[in-house]
Amino acid sequence: MTVLAYLIPAALFLGLLGLGAFLWALRSGQFEDLDGAAHRILFDDEGPDRADGEES
Amino acid sequence: MAEVTSCHGGAAADAAPAGASETAAPSLDPAAFARVGADGIAVLDLAIENLHCPSCIPRIEGALAEQPGLVEGRVNLSTRRLRLRWRLEAADPERLVEAVTAQGFRLAPCDPAALQDAQAREGRELLRALAVAGFAAGNVMLLSVSVWSGMVSDMGPATRDLMHWISALIALPAVAYAGRPFFRSAFAALRGGRLNMDVPISLAVLLAAGMSLFETLRGAEQVYFDAAVMLLFFLLIGRYLDLRVRGRARSAVENLMALRAATATVVQPCGTRRRVAIAEVRPGMRLAVAAGERIPADGRILAGRSEIDTSLVTGETLPRPAAPGVEVFAGTLNLSAPLEVAVTAAGEGTLLAEILRLMEAAEQGRARYVRWADRAARIYAPAVHLAAAGTFLGWLAFGGLGWQDALMVAIAVLIITCPCALGLAVPAVQVAAVGRLLRGGVLVKAADALERLAAVDTVVFDKTGTLTLGRPELVDAAAVDPDALRQAAALAALSRHPLSRALSRAAGPVPAVTGAVREEPGAGLAAVQSDGSELRLGSRAWCGLPETADDPGDDPAEDPGKVAAGGSVAGPELWLSRPGRAPLRFAFKDAPRADAAAVVAWLQRRGLRLELLSGDRAPAVAETAAALGIAAWQAGCRPGDKIARLEALARDGRRVLMVGDGLNDAPALAAAFVSASPAEAADVSQTAADLILQGSTLAPLIEAVRVARRSRRLVFQNFGLSIGYNLVAVPLAVAGLVTPLIAALAMSSSSIVVTLNALRLNWMKREAQP
Repeated sequence: MTVLAYLIPAALFLGLLGLGAFLWALRSGQFEDLDGAAHRILFDDEGPDRADGEES
Repeated sequence: MAEVTSCHGGAAADAAPAGASETAAPSLDPAAFARVGADGIAVLDLAIENLHCPSCIPRIEGALAEQPGLVEGRVNLSTRRLRLRWRLEAADPERLVEAVTAQGFRLAPCDPAALQDAQAREGRELLRALAVAGFAAGNVMLLSVSVWSGMVSDMGPATRDLMHWISALIALPAVAYAGRPFFRSAFAALRGGRLNMDVPISLAVLLAAGMSLFETLRGAEQVYFDAAVMLLFFLLIGRYLDLRVRGRARSAVENLMALRAATATVVQPCGTRRRVAIAEVRPGMRLAVAAGERIPADGRILAGRSEIDTSLVTGETLPRPAAPGVEVFAGTLNLSAPLEVAVTAAGEGTLLAEILRLMEAAEQGRARYVRWADRAARIYAPAVHLAAAGTFLGWLAFGGLGWQDALMVAIAVLIITCPCALGLAVPAVQVAAVGRLLRGGVLVKAADALERLAAVDTVVFDKTGTLTLGRPELVDAAAVDPDALRQAAALAALSRHPLSRALSRAAGPVPAVTGAVREEPGAGLAAVQSDGSELRLGSRAWCGLPETADDPGDDPAEDPGKVAAGGSVAGPELWLSRPGRAPLRFAFKDAPRADAAAVVAWLQRRGLRLELLSGDRAPAVAETAAALGIAAWQAGCRPGDKIARLEALARDGRRVLMVGDGLNDAPALAAAFVSASPAEAADVSQTAADLILQGSTLAPLIEAVRVARRSRRLVFQNFGLSIGYNLVAVPLAVAGLVTPLIAALAMSSSSIVVTLNALRLNWMKREAQP
């Protein structure tokens, strides 16, 4: 049963990691626009860094 | 998807009627709406009207990317809004807005007001609570499962106690944090001397957590930490979904409102003009109202002759003449020529104040409605408390248990009966129903609107703008000489008068007349042709005909274009006079919406009683009622008359769905058991209505009634499932046979069954178009 001494903290740590990641995502506004986020990945990047180099 | 709008974004593609009708979109002064932060960054939220598909995002953001001084320009597709942030000194907000409107999008400033902020905060709080409860539920279950398996294998008491202690360390803070929404609501209810569902929930969670801590201290075998956190987790899911769907409907409504004329043009004493937000308009100000604009405030005309379309305010289809001295009301449309209006004293005297006063009085009746969940809670909460208390006392007095063991059994009863499934039974169905209706073009504004809609047995319609399109259409367009129609339409293209626009629509695209054209408000248009002769389009008198001789019954004091010219159609008309030919008559009427007859027939087939209450004149109302097959109608209704009729119906025990759009309908919408308005309705009416029907058809009403009735069936099924599960589980709990394992299993399975049952709403087939 000594293995519990590692496993329980490990499980809790992983759980807290997930919770922390979720709360961070929430705070940084990643849940503000769920519909838009689903589509943004499909757009070609037209940020200012590329706009100067390429036409379109 | 119901939204199959072609998304070219261009204003021209927006099914705009011919002519210059849409070019007068309310131009806005964005600087007036921006909020400036301490860091010199200004923020502006804008509602985007024609944002329909994801591919519009890069077009808007791309257009903004080249603008100097812009810090952020980001489209939110869920709320259909654009947020602009720019450095105050480095960018001109007007240029930013123009860059987007040049792409063909219509923008309007919308203030994410205090209400919405509060809701967003509540949503984030629930989501955080949900995350914490989910984390706790997962980890506590992990430990509980080991304890349960330890019972049949060889786990020693020391290991079990360790597991219990770790569970306590996770569960207690989680309960304290994630349970706050329930504790707050329960506390508020208790302080008000009421019971709601949150009281037994809070009691069960707190008692389970507290007693489990006590048992852990004692080193007992069974604790209920897992039940406490799982209960919170499931209930928070229901709460969050509920809030999210309603918030979405509300932000859509706010966008609709924001896209109305948000500004007014003030003429300052020195003669210069300035655009201000409507909220800043004060009595005594002098406003300029261009042709085609809505009049922003109640007032009196100082200068200009025009015609006013009052259909949104009084329900009357025909424009009224407007001349200096005439009173005009906010929300009416200035049709043919620019006007200057002095804003009259705001306060009790204005039409809007009168309407709002009637609305407030009317709304009190509706507040008495008790929601299903609360009705269930009224019966259920005392029953739960009685059962738990009875169990405790019974075991203590007759079962020979000590108080700790008796309390543990009582807590098991509380947990088992705790309305987990009951708490999900209504929200799960409503989330599915509201989401489905949103896709079908119906915005559900009030949380209990669907419950009330399901109980409706009478439908009262307004006529103008609700059953009808609220604008005149050319009668029998096919029978008109196409040459004459084209000539008339070429002239009509230059006017904003509703009859001219109807003519343009009927004729299709026709190049406008070139050359000198003059428009005489209240009379008509005249164009000088190349040979010097004059082409005239307008009223009977304008075209040189004698005033109506063949219809003495009508009131000739009204505007001459309104007089009926015999025959059965008691509607407006236009005359075309061409040199050397007999004048030609075009007759118009306010045509019913394309599917109005089908919707009326559908509702009648479902056994609903229909009535028509209109502010319009009797012949027009009678004709519409006859065309649609509505037997009961009343014409010339003032707002007070409509309320009186609704109250009479309510006294007869009828539950009325009121469907209306005008300002004059707003009090009736508030007074009715449940109400709906089309998306083009007056702002006040949309505020008062429970449901908003989008698009230009009435068919969403059918979908709303069907979904509401189906939801009621599903909710009652869910109540049945919850009660059935209680009938099995409660005797076990009272007998002291429920272990934490059984409690956890019973609770999650009943919640999942109830949720799955709610999702069946999405399988319901759409009604074949009637």
